[in-house]
Amino acid sequence: MAQPLAFILDVPETPGDQGQEPSPYDESEVHHSFHQLIQEQSQWVAQEGLELQQREQEATGSGQQTLRRPEGTQSTATLRILASMPSRTIGRSRGAIISQYYSRTVQLRRRSSRPLLGNLVLSARPSLRLYDLELDPTAREEEEKQSLLVKELQSLAVAQRDHMLRGMPLSLAEKRSLREKSRTPTGKWRGQRGGGGVFSCCGRLRYACVLQALHSLGLALLSGLQALTPWRYALKRIGGQFGSSVLSYFLFLKTLLAFNALLLLLLVAFIMGPQVAFLPTLPGPAPVCTGLELLTGAGCFTHTVMFYGHYSNATLNQPCGSPLDGSQCTPRAGGLPYNMPLAYLYTVGAGFFITCITLVYSMAHSFGESYRVGSTSGIHAITVFCSWDYKVTQKRASRLQQDNIRTRLKELLAEWQLRQSPRSVCGRLRQAAALGLAWLLCLGTALGCAVAVHVFSEFLIQSPEAAGQEAALLVLPLVVGLLNLGAPYLCRVLAALEPHDSPVLEVYVAICRNLILKLAILGTLCYHWLGRRVAVLQGQCWEDFVGQELYRFLVMDFVLMLLDTLFGELVWSRIISEKKLKRRRKPEFDIARNVLELIYGQTLTWLGVLFSPLLPAVQIIKLLLVFYVKKTSLLANCQAPRQPWLASHMSTVFLTLLCFPAFLGAAVFLCYAVWQVKPSSTCGPFRTLDSMYEAGRVWVRYLEAAGPRVSWLPWVHRYLVENTFFVFLVSALLLAVIYLNIQVVRGQRRVICLLKEQISNEGEDKIFLINKLHSIYERKEREERSRVGTTEETAAPPALLTEERGD
Amino acid sequence: MGNKQTVFTHEQLEAYQDNPFRQRIAQVFSEDGDGHMTLDNFLDMFSVMSEMAPRDLKAYYAFKIYDFNDDDYICAWDLEQTVTKLTRGELSAEEVSLVCEKVLDEADGDHDGRLSLEDFQNMILRAPDFLSTFHIRI
Repeated sequence: MAQPLAFILDVPETPGDQGQEPSPYDESEVHHSFHQLIQEQSQWVAQEGLELQQREQEATGSGQQTLRRPEGTQSTATLRILASMPSRTIGRSRGAIISQYYSRTVQLRRRSSRPLLGNLVLSARPSLRLYDLELDPTAREEEEKQSLLVKELQSLAVAQRDHMLRGMPLSLAEKRSLREKSRTPTGKWRGQRGGGGVFSCCGRLRYACVLQALHSLGLALLSGLQALTPWRYALKRIGGQFGSSVLSYFLFLKTLLAFNALLLLLLVAFIMGPQVAFLPTLPGPAPVCTGLELLTGAGCFTHTVMFYGHYSNATLNQPCGSPLDGSQCTPRAGGLPYNMPLAYLYTVGAGFFITCITLVYSMAHSFGESYRVGSTSGIHAITVFCSWDYKVTQKRASRLQQDNIRTRLKELLAEWQLRQSPRSVCGRLRQAAALGLAWLLCLGTALGCAVAVHVFSEFLIQSPEAAGQEAALLVLPLVVGLLNLGAPYLCRVLAALEPHDSPVLEVYVAICRNLILKLAILGTLCYHWLGRRVAVLQGQCWEDFVGQELYRFLVMDFVLMLLDTLFGELVWSRIISEKKLKRRRKPEFDIARNVLELIYGQTLTWLGVLFSPLLPAVQIIKLLLVFYVKKTSLLANCQAPRQPWLASHMSTVFLTLLCFPAFLGAAVFLCYAVWQVKPSSTCGPFRTLDSMYEAGRVWVRYLEAAGPRVSWLPWVHRYLVENTFFVFLVSALLLAVIYLNIQVVRGQRRVICLLKEQISNEGEDKIFLINKLHSIYERKEREERSRVGTTEETAAPPALLTEERGD
Repeated sequence: MGNKQTVFTHEQLEAYQDNPFRQRIAQVFSEDGDGHMTLDNFLDMFSVMSEMAPRDLKAYYAFKIYDFNDDDYICAWDLEQTVTKLTRGELSAEEVSLVCEKVLDEADGDHDGRLSLEDFQNMILRAPDFLSTFHIRI
């Protein structure tokens, strides 16, 4: 660190000067707390010496430089200087805010474009103006400052101007007036004003009125749209009673609804619509519908647009080019030919692609919002300042929140104390052994469930008598659903036995284990469908069967969720807990388990889209019902979770889980089904092909034969899609971009460390300078007092003086 | 505020008034600093606490709310008041002072023993939850 320079302050010598300088009372920038301090200062002078010694002893114990005197005992001049520091005036008065934002807009304008200094009016040159305002803001009238700010705002782009206005900590009325003033006619108008003639006064007025009307119409539409958002009142009530954490579950549900609606729109428009429009239902006796179809999906649902088998493999609406199955050739007038197999394949592909892009974008956006460099440090400060949820309005809920915060702070302090005194090697070994055992048991449970599902499905394939009954089809979904319900409870019991230092980690570990279990079961089921069922159902429509299985799984999942909510929350809380155990505690709403159930249902939907295009509609109905059931049960029976919940981190985690294991798994399943599995030869749009992907290749060959006009499409297909070199190139580029981004982030982290050091050094400099100021003013005051003392002594009898002069 | 009826009983209103910072909010957003808000002040408050308000604006007003003695710095005394109100006075004095010490350690960048507005804004940048908790739904 450089040696501080000797600083010589030009301090007025005579006491009479102090009366001419403006006193702190006159400056509008000095806050009223300083008035009080200046008044009290005179009372504390007597106690000054004793208090100062005590505080110095306490302060120097910490080893840091501190202010040598607390503010109350500083001199008037020092107080005045401190009061006009920029960090004290910014945010204190309206004028200071305006001047701060003026300098910010000047910097913005300078950064975007450097105007020629000669064009500016002499008094408006930015560098001088900045210097003036920062050192002496009281010299300018507030209206002048405001007009300068308005001029600067006019020179910015509209979006930047709005952004700057929104960030200003002024009242709404002032912001509105600033916006009005800065919204002026453009230069074009100014130029033509001199020309006259074409644009008369009335025309300009009419234009302004039209603009204003459009603007207010736009605002009204925006507010109307916001009022129409579904479940606004319900979400507000949930947020008010339970806080942001439980609200995040319902918001996640809304997100899933949006994804499903998008997918359904595509499928209805491009697959179901044409099929229904051009081909009526097959002739023949209509199968009788019993109520069981709603659960099994078989029976009278089989030969409808709901499942893959019903779709035609021909080109619809073609004028008698290729014969349709069985029916007469009826030439239709006009209309485009619609290649059904191609449409089926590419619509499902496009749906998945759009879902992928949307998912990755929202995940990246959420990640960017919730993770910051260095966000793991500073947990105490963040808990104190950012954990109070202002949404919570009810007394009971805010009491609960206060309890939660108290518990959290106690846990943080305990963690810190534990880290101060580290555990012995023996204790750590014991902890590691317990952790390892719990993990082993949970993984064993997951593996056991997967093996059980495999064995049971093989048993179902082998037993012919069960295959006859329709109700027997429900056994596998029931078994899998019960396993999915029961095993997480078991894992939670195991987790209670193992020691955990931080409760946040516990939540993550529980989510991880639950996810592994569900993935193991789903993996086994996928092998069972695409591996075994395809082989067993040769000659029949295996795709219909798989679609129906997935429908059954979805419905059974919903039924079991209903039962779980009923028995887990209503019966347990109301009847058992109150009567038998005499506890008045309501069950907690387990957010992680419920969100994982939603993700599981969505995975089933994505797995089944290829085989049952209406499955997203079923999922939408299911999600709507789940919303109302969960909301009712929550408001009636549950309480908010006691564990700390970082809402934004958790939303990112859930979106990531939705993207990576769930969507990726479904995409892999889809790719395997499209590329490797031979479609059945008796039903569906791909019945004559070797694999579903061949429909695209057939079409490309048809295009090649069609003529030279569309020759670029086959070229693109041969060299970009089928050729692996292109894929390698794109992957290599992507990896390079990711690596560069990692390096940039690393560099930014280093810069942040350097800046922190710089701030700390500046702080030390500031304290040093303030102490120097104190000492200079102290010395000056002492000199004055001694001078006043000597002048008083000269009035004393001259005999004493002659004695002193003699010395 | 969240209910469809138009006339509230005293008990219902009491149920809405348990925010420990309610007096500070009223003082910060009122014009003369004594807690009496006009309609414009009320609109200001909801504008700042809405979803669309930028982070820096929210951080500025949050700083003013937590600055109990209005001296433009959050000093140790302000922190003690905040922690006491947050926990309803159920932490011991030693724990409260320990928490305040750790907060100052973590957030005080220039090491002057108190938090300035810049320190507070830097700390808020590292807290992604702030935008969702400093938010009132209408």
